[in-house]
Amino acid sequence: MLLIPCPYCGKRDEHEFTYAREGHIARPTNGEQLTDAEWAQYLFMRKNPKGVHYERWMHAKGCRRYFNVARDTVTHEIYAVYEMGQPAPVIERENGR
Amino acid sequence: MKQHYSIFTLARNAVSYHEKWTEAWRSPDPKPSYDVVIVGGGGHGLATAYYLAKEHGITNVAVIEKGWLGGGNTGRNTTIVRSNYLWDESAHLYEHALKLWEGLSQDLNYNVMFSQRGLLSTAHTVHDMQALRRRVYAIQLNGIDSEILTREQVAEYCPILDCSPTARYPVFGASLQRRGGVARHDAVAWGYARGADARGVDIIQNCEVTGFKIENGKITGLETTRGSIGAKKVGVVVAGHCGVLAGMAGFRLPIESHPLQAMVSEPIKPVLDCVVMSGQVHVYVSQSDKGELVFGAGIDSFNSYSQYGSPPVVENMLNALTELFPIFSRLRFLRQWGGIVDTCPDASPIIGKTPVENLFFNCGWGTGGFKATPGSGHVFAHTIATGEPHKLAAPFALERFTTGYLIDEHGAAGVAH
Repeated sequence: MLLIPCPYCGKRDEHEFTYAREGHIARPTNGEQLTDAEWAQYLFMRKNPKGVHYERWMHAKGCRRYFNVARDTVTHEIYAVYEMGQPAPVIERENGR
Repeated sequence: MKQHYSIFTLARNAVSYHEKWTEAWRSPDPKPSYDVVIVGGGGHGLATAYYLAKEHGITNVAVIEKGWLGGGNTGRNTTIVRSNYLWDESAHLYEHALKLWEGLSQDLNYNVMFSQRGLLSTAHTVHDMQALRRRVYAIQLNGIDSEILTREQVAEYCPILDCSPTARYPVFGASLQRRGGVARHDAVAWGYARGADARGVDIIQNCEVTGFKIENGKITGLETTRGSIGAKKVGVVVAGHCGVLAGMAGFRLPIESHPLQAMVSEPIKPVLDCVVMSGQVHVYVSQSDKGELVFGAGIDSFNSYSQYGSPPVVENMLNALTELFPIFSRLRFLRQWGGIVDTCPDASPIIGKTPVENLFFNCGWGTGGFKATPGSGHVFAHTIATGEPHKLAAPFALERFTTGYLIDEHGAAGVAH
């Protein structure tokens, strides 16, 4: 069970949140010039890292706001929580994963 | 050829108190190079090696496995085998696998305990029933056995299922695939390992891939924890880590990895003689030969490589279970575990070529790869041997995410993701 610190409401149980997958994927602004392969990269291809994952969560049963989380996909440790539009923080990890 | 298993070898070994059974496969050190290296010693990888040797005569093959054989999702799934998929592409692929299952124990000379006990998929709303009808008719048009049962017929077929109209999620009806069932998952890995080894394949356990050697866009070998291994062709058949391996080879996949949980109850006397799946209330259950009830839950929503799942998922599954089977409400649980499943956006696997020449991937089976094990290995062996996709595998190429030819099987996949 994750205990997720919502930047607006504080620490809450995983139950209250909806996972909104990988963050920082910008929609292309030059869509008409993209090839099918470039669209595929945007639409489908994912980093899916074993280690720090920069992802979005939504506090569905609370403030209903989206925010970003930097979380380890092996230990589930949450390193950082930051608002939408903020750049991804660099996470220094001891185990080097 | 290894010792042939039969009633006579069993009797002969009984005389010597079963102390003279020979090993089922060798454990050789890796050779400097191979024609084909298969990464991943689960059912799919071992089946690939077996069919490479058996069907294509390619025996200079190694299967490398970072842990032990079948220690990943092969040994963690709920062992359900069926072929009731909606779209033609999937129906043909899974039916190809089911036909191989039907002769597998004889082919491998290894009892995989394949039991075609019938598989019931229940529907709990009007819309659920409509979707189920559509799927059954599509399956029938593909010449695959599948039938619709009314609520009364479901109650007769599986008496312990709560079919009362006052249930919170009343059973409206079900689809039934009589040829569906279960198999012994470990035996599948062991049987294929033994068969591949007997044909000259080297099976190398405790050997983790740390990198690929790629020259001018073409694979030449691998770096592993047991040294460099040269390879003319490499087939990656991993569950749970295909994104990590694709990253090593320099490309991305449309895959996200999630934990999927399963659990078993204490063993009880025979009570359930079929497999029951409910996509709507969300649980799937069968009874093992040891008497334990085997339950499958859903996936955690978030990406994870942890090999354990969250308690809320277990709670949801238990709610569904006691809703459908009030008789199980006082059972105790023996074990609970998780495996990492690699899910695709369309709930179908990826089989075929990659941006790197002579590097092939067979991955993304999501929550339901076990049932496909023989078919997956069979078509992937063809793909590696000839360099071109088997006709059943061709629609499942990575290119479908560029062309848009997705094969959406979320309805038939059984586990929501």
